[in-house]
Amino acid sequence: MYSEKVMEHFANPRNVGELPGANAVGEVGNAKCGDIMKIYMKIEDDVIKDVSFKTFGCGAAVATSSMATELVKGKTIKEVLNITNKAVAEALDGLPSEKLHCSVLAEQAIKAAITDYYKQKAIDPLPIVGCDLECEDCAGH
Amino acid sequence: MEKVVYFDNAATTKVLKPALDAMLPFFNDRYGNPSSVYSVGRDAKKAIENARAIVAGAIGALTEEIFFTGSGTEANNWALKSAAELRQNKGKHIITSAIEHPAVHNTLKYLESKGFEITCLGVDKNGQISTDELKKAIRNDTILISVMTANNEIGTILPMAEIGKIASEKGVLLHTDAVQAAGSVPIDVAAMRVDMLTISGHKLGAAKGSGVLYIKKGLKLPPLIHGGGQENGERSGTEDVAGIAGLAAALEYRVSRLPLDSVAQKRDRLITELLKIPRSALTGDPINRLPGIASFVFEAIEGESMLLMLDHFGICASSGSACSSGSLDPSHVLLAIGLPHEMAHGSLRLSLCEDNTDEEVDYVIEKLTEVVAKLRKMSPVWNED
Repeated sequence: MYSEKVMEHFANPRNVGELPGANAVGEVGNAKCGDIMKIYMKIEDDVIKDVSFKTFGCGAAVATSSMATELVKGKTIKEVLNITNKAVAEALDGLPSEKLHCSVLAEQAIKAAITDYYKQKAIDPLPIVGCDLECEDCAGH
Repeated sequence: MEKVVYFDNAATTKVLKPALDAMLPFFNDRYGNPSSVYSVGRDAKKAIENARAIVAGAIGALTEEIFFTGSGTEANNWALKSAAELRQNKGKHIITSAIEHPAVHNTLKYLESKGFEITCLGVDKNGQISTDELKKAIRNDTILISVMTANNEIGTILPMAEIGKIASEKGVLLHTDAVQAAGSVPIDVAAMRVDMLTISGHKLGAAKGSGVLYIKKGLKLPPLIHGGGQENGERSGTEDVAGIAGLAAALEYRVSRLPLDSVAQKRDRLITELLKIPRSALTGDPINRLPGIASFVFEAIEGESMLLMLDHFGICASSGSACSSGSLDPSHVLLAIGLPHEMAHGSLRLSLCEDNTDEEVDYVIEKLTEVVAKLRKMSPVWNED
């Protein structure tokens, strides 16, 4: 079952909603599988100044989204790209094994937003993000 | 939690007072083994035979047609595996519906792995099978049909009398899982023309771990559980006297309360009010429907999230979403009625009993409306328009 921290983030999710003036938006997952995560970021001088999310999914999907926004806020792009799904799950005091894919989704959503940021600036995101979000890890969530 | 508003009676029920009263003496007073010759044993034996007569009377059966089991799942396993074994020399073809409970569905999958051939009849959007399709599916080597009396997730009541007529005319054995129907709607094995029928105690106000298999007189079903020869050699294992007495008392009480018009009225109020939520839909048959089941899908939100938020308000409900079932696929029943995956993820079932009050119905309507709005507000696939 869920940790108290997961339940707390689910009951009181941080940074919910669209973000006016966002210059980086990442969306991952699909409705067929039952979870979609969309992360909005406002990036200035390579720093995540502000962040928010919208999520369709289970309790763990909402809680990992909420935690992911907390983890990236105020960090540099470089730091943010080092956030792993494991770090998201650990920050929530763990997730049930069948819900670990939610933390994978959170990591992907962060990377998708950064990818979007570079694409908008016409910079190839692949060497920076290091993942085109199309490998098996992502597709098999 | 100070307040529990229980709308999950299709998952399990509170043990009814008459059932509890019937059970209690057998724990530490009349605790004898029903197979023993002395009076405490004979007392227990008498209680079982009394319970058998009550159950038989409640479903229009003969006493010798009632066998007590340890659960509905056991009764389903027994009926299907043993009927298949009994008739395997005649053929290996079995027909079922796409909306059966896993206790039937997975038992038939097991039989499939043992060389039986399963035809699974699809259902329409209301969850009804076509009796014409059933007729066409019956072959010379068809030995068994298993179709549930009423569905547990969407509340649809199937036309068992019609199905029974077809099966008996074709000489094919018919089993029905009546776990969700028994105690909610009248059950008459003669009118249904079934050969085997499953009941579970904990769905109708008795204890968990009690069940019944009705086996029509003359059908020599081999036992599933071998041992000391209890239940006339058909189901071994020292009888759960308390469980059996409780099941009979609960079923007798529930049948005396039929029809459940006041429950159906509350169900209808839930349906009318909750369908006022934009882009919501009722699942299951709007007319041929169990009195206690109101089931829905809400677009753009996910079931487990709904359940967690309702739990926060003390409301207990169920969902067929993937995340609440622990698998990646939503309920096979919701997919069988033609819902796309993305809708099936947003399913919610509210199941009532006579204890639920009008105030509770009001409370659930208010809180669920709030919950849906809150989740949609954070859903990236929801667009206000």
